[in-house]
Amino acid sequence: MSTYPTIMIDEPTLERLGVYQQRALVCAAAGLIISFVAWLVAPAHFYHGYLIGFLFWLALALGSIGLTLLHHLVGGSWGVMVRRPLEAGATLILPLAAFFLPLAVGVRTLYPWAQPDAASHEEFHTPYLNVNFFLLRALAYFVFWGFLAVIINHWSAQQDAQSDHGPSRRMGAIAGPALFLMFMSATFAAVDWGMSLDLGWTSTIYGVIYIISDVLTTLSCMIVVCTVLERSKSMNQVVTPERLHDIGKLMLAFTMLWAYMSFSQFLIIWSGNLIEEIPWYLRRTRGGWELLVAGLMIFHFFLPFFLLLYRDGKRRTNYLVRVALWILAMRFLDLTWQVVPSTNDYKSPHIAWADIFLGLAAVVGIGGVCVWYYIHRIKQRPLVPLNDMNLVRVLKREGGVQHG
Amino acid sequence: MSHEAETETDAVHGVIAEFEHEADILAAAEAAYAAGYRKMDAYSPHPVDGLAEAMGFTKNRVPLIVLLGGLSGGATGFMMQWFSAVVHYPIDVGGRPLNSWPAFVPITFELTILFSAFASILGMLILNGLPKPYHPVFNAANFDSASSDRFFLCIESSDPMFETEGVKGFLEGFEPKSLSVVPVESDPGDREAEDS
Repeated sequence: MSTYPTIMIDEPTLERLGVYQQRALVCAAAGLIISFVAWLVAPAHFYHGYLIGFLFWLALALGSIGLTLLHHLVGGSWGVMVRRPLEAGATLILPLAAFFLPLAVGVRTLYPWAQPDAASHEEFHTPYLNVNFFLLRALAYFVFWGFLAVIINHWSAQQDAQSDHGPSRRMGAIAGPALFLMFMSATFAAVDWGMSLDLGWTSTIYGVIYIISDVLTTLSCMIVVCTVLERSKSMNQVVTPERLHDIGKLMLAFTMLWAYMSFSQFLIIWSGNLIEEIPWYLRRTRGGWELLVAGLMIFHFFLPFFLLLYRDGKRRTNYLVRVALWILAMRFLDLTWQVVPSTNDYKSPHIAWADIFLGLAAVVGIGGVCVWYYIHRIKQRPLVPLNDMNLVRVLKREGGVQHG
Repeated sequence: MSHEAETETDAVHGVIAEFEHEADILAAAEAAYAAGYRKMDAYSPHPVDGLAEAMGFTKNRVPLIVLLGGLSGGATGFMMQWFSAVVHYPIDVGGRPLNSWPAFVPITFELTILFSAFASILGMLILNGLPKPYHPVFNAANFDSASSDRFFLCIESSDPMFETEGVKGFLEGFEPKSLSVVPVESDPGDREAEDS
């Protein structure tokens, strides 16, 4: 029925994944207990840290949904390797919807516009930025993202079981409009959850920067996943240098895009030098934060940029995975830089170390649950989708996957 | 290239074999590389996957040239603005420092791209020796069909292992459609006919 063999995870890899799942649960317990204690003791610090952890992992879920849709739209050989890992990543939206609940509880603590005594609260914000509408929007985002995650996986599973291309054709038909709506919803979500931390500050590039960061996070995670799965039997036929090279090139492109967009936002606001806009940067470039800014420029852009220029490195998992882990660490620092200084007085900013520590705890805590759930999902199905229209075409052209 | 080159190899560009199928030329190229031949070139009507690698063309220096071009472009772009804004014609713009580097970044970036692009095109042309008004390989019999339906593999006389009869015997083993010796037929003052 299928033109290529069904590739399941082999026994030794399953055992290894089981060990990872146990460790993930330990991390989850540790991170979430620290976060919970912080919530009882110092809620303001807790919410900042928790938001970092939440946005960090939400990036993987949104990026996975987006890249799966993109692959249904444009096809290509890179999808053979990452389609199933991406589909599993998309399902993370389900646990993440639960992880949003603490934020829903803490809206009034976390966001300046929701605080009743907010001095800088301007009237014209209220029709949009009020607690009820905020929660309603959040619900709408999660319903939409959850719907896509379910559809992506459900139709993919249907396609595994039948040789007629119906489900993948249907997926191709909705991918375009769905991708458009993903851009819209992710932009609105970024504005709601990130940008509105600094009341009165606006940037039209903000949503795009978050979407680019999502894709960068997701590509890096996919490299990590492929490195783990590569050792499974037959997977070395799937994780080929050409496909790694493709993902590596995308990582390079998105590293550059991140820098391009982040700098564009800065250049425009710096040139304008207006009192409505410039405090956002004043809060984030002084009182110790200037070191983090310099660090982000060097280590989030220049270092991965030059590392990813190296062609032979992009064709090997052991090189690429180190760059990927590095980029993930930088994503944490970038989110920290975006979120933590928002409550600073721009005239005398300081570094809130407690927020950063709790951010780390939240990344580990939420991450533990996400990794556990991710492994649980990826174990369930063949590692390369069967009978998929795009993939069958690609594998036919390239000579297929042999049993190895 | 060798000093003690015999008169025979001086007048000969190489030995060329004509193949009908890309699988045949791939096998021949791989075997020739394995046998130790390094100075060879293949001619085909369309790109043959893996043929360049089979002949040992795995790396070239274009990426390095592009990197150097990009770095010099970036340096030029930045220094040009820094010099005019700080040294040559300093003006106070809205109280900003003279060395307002954020404003210099777009031009720096653009010149990086521009110089990289120039470096890639020029580097490619310098390394492969194009444009080349005369190339001896066109003296080969039936060579016109290299642009329609035939694949040619030429082992060149500049190879240290080259020896006309030996190479002929070697290529004969792959049962080419035809096999011929390509004469140089150009005056010695011409550019070195070597395009590796």
